[in-house]
Amino acid sequence: MIDSNIVLTGQTVAYTLYVLVIMLLMSWFAYKLTHAGSGNEIKPALFYSFVGFLVLIGVSLHIVTHETIPWKAMDLNRENIKADKEFNISMGNHEFKLPSPKLLITKDQLVRFNVDSKDLTYGFGLFREDNSMVFQMQVIPGHVNDILWKFDRPAVYSIRSTEYSGPKGINMIVRDAVVVE
Amino acid sequence: MSFINTLTDGKEGLFKPDTLTPMQKLTLRFVVVGLIYYGFVVIEGMLMRLFEVNPSIALGIESKQFFAIMTAHPLVGIFGSTYSIVFGAFLFLVPFLMKKPLWSMKLGNATFWLLAIGTFVFWFAGFVSHYSPLYTLYWPLPADFSQFSVWGGAFFILGIALVMLGTAFFVINIFKTITYTPEGWEKQPGGALLKSALGLSGLTNIFSKKKKEHLVSLPVAAIARGTVDTAFNAAIILFTGVLILVYMVAELFGVSLKDSSVDALLYKNWFWWGLDLIADGLVLIFVAGTWYLLATLITGKKLFMENWARAALFVEMVVSWTVWSHHLMSDQAQPGILKILSGEMVTAFELITQGLAFFITLVTLWSARPLKFSHPLKFLLGGLLGFALAVPAGIMQADLGLNRILHNTQWIVGPHVHVAVLVGLTMTLYSAIYFLLPILTNGAKLYSEKLANFHFWAHLLGGIGMGAFMGMAGLRGMLRRTIYFNGEFNLYMILAALSGSLLLLAFLSFFYNIVMSVGLKGVIGIFVPSKLKTKDPLPAQN
Repeated sequence: MIDSNIVLTGQTVAYTLYVLVIMLLMSWFAYKLTHAGSGNEIKPALFYSFVGFLVLIGVSLHIVTHETIPWKAMDLNRENIKADKEFNISMGNHEFKLPSPKLLITKDQLVRFNVDSKDLTYGFGLFREDNSMVFQMQVIPGHVNDILWKFDRPAVYSIRSTEYSGPKGINMIVRDAVVVE
Repeated sequence: MSFINTLTDGKEGLFKPDTLTPMQKLTLRFVVVGLIYYGFVVIEGMLMRLFEVNPSIALGIESKQFFAIMTAHPLVGIFGSTYSIVFGAFLFLVPFLMKKPLWSMKLGNATFWLLAIGTFVFWFAGFVSHYSPLYTLYWPLPADFSQFSVWGGAFFILGIALVMLGTAFFVINIFKTITYTPEGWEKQPGGALLKSALGLSGLTNIFSKKKKEHLVSLPVAAIARGTVDTAFNAAIILFTGVLILVYMVAELFGVSLKDSSVDALLYKNWFWWGLDLIADGLVLIFVAGTWYLLATLITGKKLFMENWARAALFVEMVVSWTVWSHHLMSDQAQPGILKILSGEMVTAFELITQGLAFFITLVTLWSARPLKFSHPLKFLLGGLLGFALAVPAGIMQADLGLNRILHNTQWIVGPHVHVAVLVGLTMTLYSAIYFLLPILTNGAKLYSEKLANFHFWAHLLGGIGMGAFMGMAGLRGMLRRTIYFNGEFNLYMILAALSGSLLLLAFLSFFYNIVMSVGLKGVIGIFVPSKLKTKDPLPAQN
C-alpha cells in the first residue's frame, strides 16, 4: 500500500504549485487593473467555461483520490473485508488500555483496530518516529470505532490521541507501541 | 497640528461626533468594540504562538490556561469581533441601501450591548476558571466536571447565550427592515421583498425569458441570505448551551446526570450542522455579498452576471445546510453515504459557489480599469486572494482519503481556517472599513497613508506566512489542540510566530492610524448619545 507520506508529498507539491500560480495571477491582475488597457469587457462564455472548470475540479478530485489512495476505498468497504489481525483497544480516564504492551504485526498484514471509549471523545492515531502521522480516526463513546490498515514495511509506531479531551489528554501517548516486523 | 492635538482631536480636527446620526453612532460603536476584541484575539493568538514554540517562554502560561485561551480565541474572534463589525455594518447598510430607516434602533442597541457584554462574560469566565472544552464542545467534554469548574462553565455558557440573544435581535431587525412599511410610506410588498432578498427571483430569472426586476439590491440579498444561516446557527448554539446548562445546574444541586443519555455522535452531527452554518454558510455568503457591494461601489459599474450571483446565493443555502458532514469524515460510525454526499460532494460545491463570487467580483473590477490602487481596493484583492487560497485547502481536506492524514493537524487551522479568516474575511472587512470610514464619520481623513500601506502588507504577508508554516507543520504530523514539549516542530512554529508578530504589528499600526484619524475625543464622542433626531442613516447634508 502507498505510504501516507507519499500521498502527503503529492499533496504538498500540488498545493504549493497552486498557491504560486494563484498568487502570480492575483499580482498580475492587480497590476493590469491599475493600468489602462483594452479588453475591459469579458464575455459570458468565459464565465460559463470557468463554472465548468470548477465542476470538473470539484468532482474529479474525489474520483482521482478514490482510485489512487488505497485506504479510501478500503475504508468505505471495511465491514466486508476480513482482517489478518485484530486489536481491541479501550480508552478511558485519559489512558489507553492496550491488549498487550506491544502490538506486534507481521509485514503485509491487514490489521483492524477496534477502539472504544469509556467516557470522552478521543482520537486514535499512529505516528512514525519523526512524529509524522500514519493515520488517525476519532473515537466516539458509545459507538464502534474501527479502522483497517495494511502495513507493508517494517517500522515502529507510537499511538497518540488525536482529539482534544481536556488538558488531561495532552499526555495520551504510548511510545513505540506498534511494531511491524 | 501637533501630535497631542491630533491625538486628541483627530486629523485636522475633521471628525465631529456631534454631527453623527444615531445610526452612524451605533455602527461606529459596533466597529470600535469589534476592533478592541480583535486586539484581544491577536494578543491571545500571539501568546499561543509563543506557547507553541516553547511553553516556558509564554509569560508563565500553563497548559490549562493555554487551552482556555484556545477555547476563547475563536469565539471572541467570531462573536466579539467579526459579529460586532459585520452586524454593525449590516444594520447600517440595509437601511442605507434600501433608503428606509432601520426597523428598530432599540433592538440594534440591544444587539450591540448583548454582543459586547456576552463576549466579555464568556471570555472572563474562561480566563478566571480555565473552562476549556474548545469551541467544538464535543460531548461529554463540556459537562466533564472532573476537569472543569461548574461555575466557570455556567458563566461561560451564559456569555455565549447573551451573544446568541443579541444575534436573534439582529436577525429580526434585518428581516423586519427589509419587509416593513415605514410610517407614512405606501404599503410595501413584504412577501415579494423577502423572495427577492432570499435570491429566489434571481434563480427564476435565469430560467425565465421575461426577467423580473429585483426588488432588493444584491448586497441586501446577500445579507438576508446569510442572516438565515445566522438564525439557524444561533438556534443550535442556544439549544446546545441549554443542554449543557442543564447538566451544570444539576451538578450545582449535587446531582450528577448521566452523560451517556446524550448520544455523542448525534450531538456531534447536530452541533456541527449548526456550527458549520458560520464557517460554510454565513461567512461565505456575507463575504460574497460584501465583495459584490465593494466591487460596485469602487467601480461604479453594474455587477457582472448579476442573476447568476443571486442564484448562487440561493444555491449556497442548500449547500450550507447539507455540508456539515465534512467535519465527521474521521468518525468511523458516521454513515459512509453521508461522508461521500455531504462531506465530499456538497463541499465541492463550495468551490463552485465561492469560485463564482470570486470570478464575478474580479470581472466587475476589470470592467472599470484603470482603477486607483486605493486602500479599499487593495484590501479587497487581499480578501479575494485569501479565499482563493483557503477554499481549495478546505476542499482537499474534505476528501475521505486525505482527511485520514490531515484531520486535526495544523493543516486544518493553518492554510484553511486562519488563511480564510485572517486573509480572506478580515481583509474584506478592512476593505469595507477603509471604504466606509469617510461615510460613517462625515468626512474624517485617514491620519497616515503610509501606515495604511504598512497595515496592508504586514497583514497580508503575516496571514499567509502564518497559515503556510502551520500547514507545513501539519503535513509533517503536527496536531492542533495539543502541546509539544520537546520542540518537535520548532522551526515551523518559530516561523509561524514571526508571521504572527507581523499580524500584531499590522493591527497596532491600523489601530493607531484610526485613533489618530478620529482622535480620542472622537472615540469618546461615538459613545455619547446623538443629538440628532433623524432616523435616516446619514445626516441630511450628506
